[in-house]
Amino acid sequence: MIRVELPGHLRTLAGVSGEVTLEVEGQTTVRTVLDALEERHPMLRGTIRDQRTGERRAFLRFFACEEDLSHEGLDVVLPEAVAAGREPLLVIGAVAGGQWV
Amino acid sequence: MCRVRVLVGTRKGAFVLTSDGKREKWEVSGPHFAGWEMYHLKGSPVDPNRIYASQTSGWFGQVMQRSDDGGKTWEPVGNNFAYDGVPGTHQWYDGTAHPWEFKRVWHLEPSLTDVDTVYAGVEDAALFRSTDGGKSWGEISGLRKHGSGPHWQPGAGGMCLHTIMLDPTDAQRMFIAISSAGAFRTDDGGETWKAINRGLRSQHIPDPAAEVGHCVHHIAMHPERPGVLFMQKHWDVMRSDDAGDNWHEVSGNLPTDFGFCIDVHAHEPETIYVVPIKSDGEHFPLDGKLRVYRSRSGGNEWEPLTKGLPQKDCYVNVLRDAMAVDSLDQCGVYFGTTGGQVYCSPNAGESWAPIVRDLPAVLSVEVQTLPA
Repeated sequence: MIRVELPGHLRTLAGVSGEVTLEVEGQTTVRTVLDALEERHPMLRGTIRDQRTGERRAFLRFFACEEDLSHEGLDVVLPEAVAAGREPLLVIGAVAGGQWV
Repeated sequence: MCRVRVLVGTRKGAFVLTSDGKREKWEVSGPHFAGWEMYHLKGSPVDPNRIYASQTSGWFGQVMQRSDDGGKTWEPVGNNFAYDGVPGTHQWYDGTAHPWEFKRVWHLEPSLTDVDTVYAGVEDAALFRSTDGGKSWGEISGLRKHGSGPHWQPGAGGMCLHTIMLDPTDAQRMFIAISSAGAFRTDDGGETWKAINRGLRSQHIPDPAAEVGHCVHHIAMHPERPGVLFMQKHWDVMRSDDAGDNWHEVSGNLPTDFGFCIDVHAHEPETIYVVPIKSDGEHFPLDGKLRVYRSRSGGNEWEPLTKGLPQKDCYVNVLRDAMAVDSLDQCGVYFGTTGGQVYCSPNAGESWAPIVRDLPAVLSVEVQTLPA
């Protein structure tokens, strides 16, 4: 069982509270976790990964076990603690402002 | 007595304002989608309980929402806006070629005849259509593949397709406008498009009378007279009497002809409304006085409407999609400001009162006139 912690806006969009738990078959990578997440909650498609490129959206970050995995690519294998469900994969909105905050 | 429902999109959520036909007492529902930019919400003329909404975020991208109960509950629908074929390039601000990239949906226009058909105007400028209630979207690519497409250039707010008007007398005819390419019309259901910018003059572009390159801010028409169009351009208020083939200026005695919004009275096709804004460098009313200007002659002769509006120290803006009219016997006129006020005039502009004063910056206002 994989645990995923989403930003508040995406929890609201998906209609979930707290962590999302997922079963992921095969290797546990960011990509396979997001595939399973979007399969379970299709309304999240395009909100974490760009619909066209499939890449991480610029103002979202991936963390696990206190490490920033955002620049490791989507196929990075997640730490064993995440695969075992002891630690969550964190999807975090960047602390970026912009003109409309 | 009929009721009205006002759909308000803001920088931080959507609000639904409802009242009876007197339009004096209001109920406020919201924020819906709190924290998200709500560029536009619009109800279907076929079934007013069907409402489509564009929900966007710099972090999470584009989400589309649909309500089937008049905005009480919402369901996320499809948000995959893929350009048809190889998108190609348009001009960037510096004149270099820049690839077309989807950013957000600016405007939604539900079909006049089918509740499940809705059009979406997007940035980077393109027109999409859904025929399954928003679940899937396909590009009407004849527009973007207009020969002038590679020369289109973004305005300060991005290269957005912000206006879509469907001709109620001709299902094959549609009008759209893009900042800052200009206005276009199709007469064959979207297969081919014609640039309809003859008569526009824009001093800030190399050829002031170019076929494309004009920063059209908004276009409006009366549904019973779809061949007559009114335009608020970057500067200049314009009119066309031949469905956009030719335009002439009707700014007349306006104190400034810069502005964003324009709309037409529900029952008087020659009565139009604008909110003059000081300049493109100072996006607020002249002299701190918020004034709607009304022309009852289709332009040129304008009168200020001020009763109930702040006449000192007011420095808000009124954006392009933030004005609307209802179709009650006594036409109501509505507009929202970047200061978070939504004003209503239940008497065609004679007097105004705020429905709400402290919303986030208002991006769009639409009104539905409902049976009792």
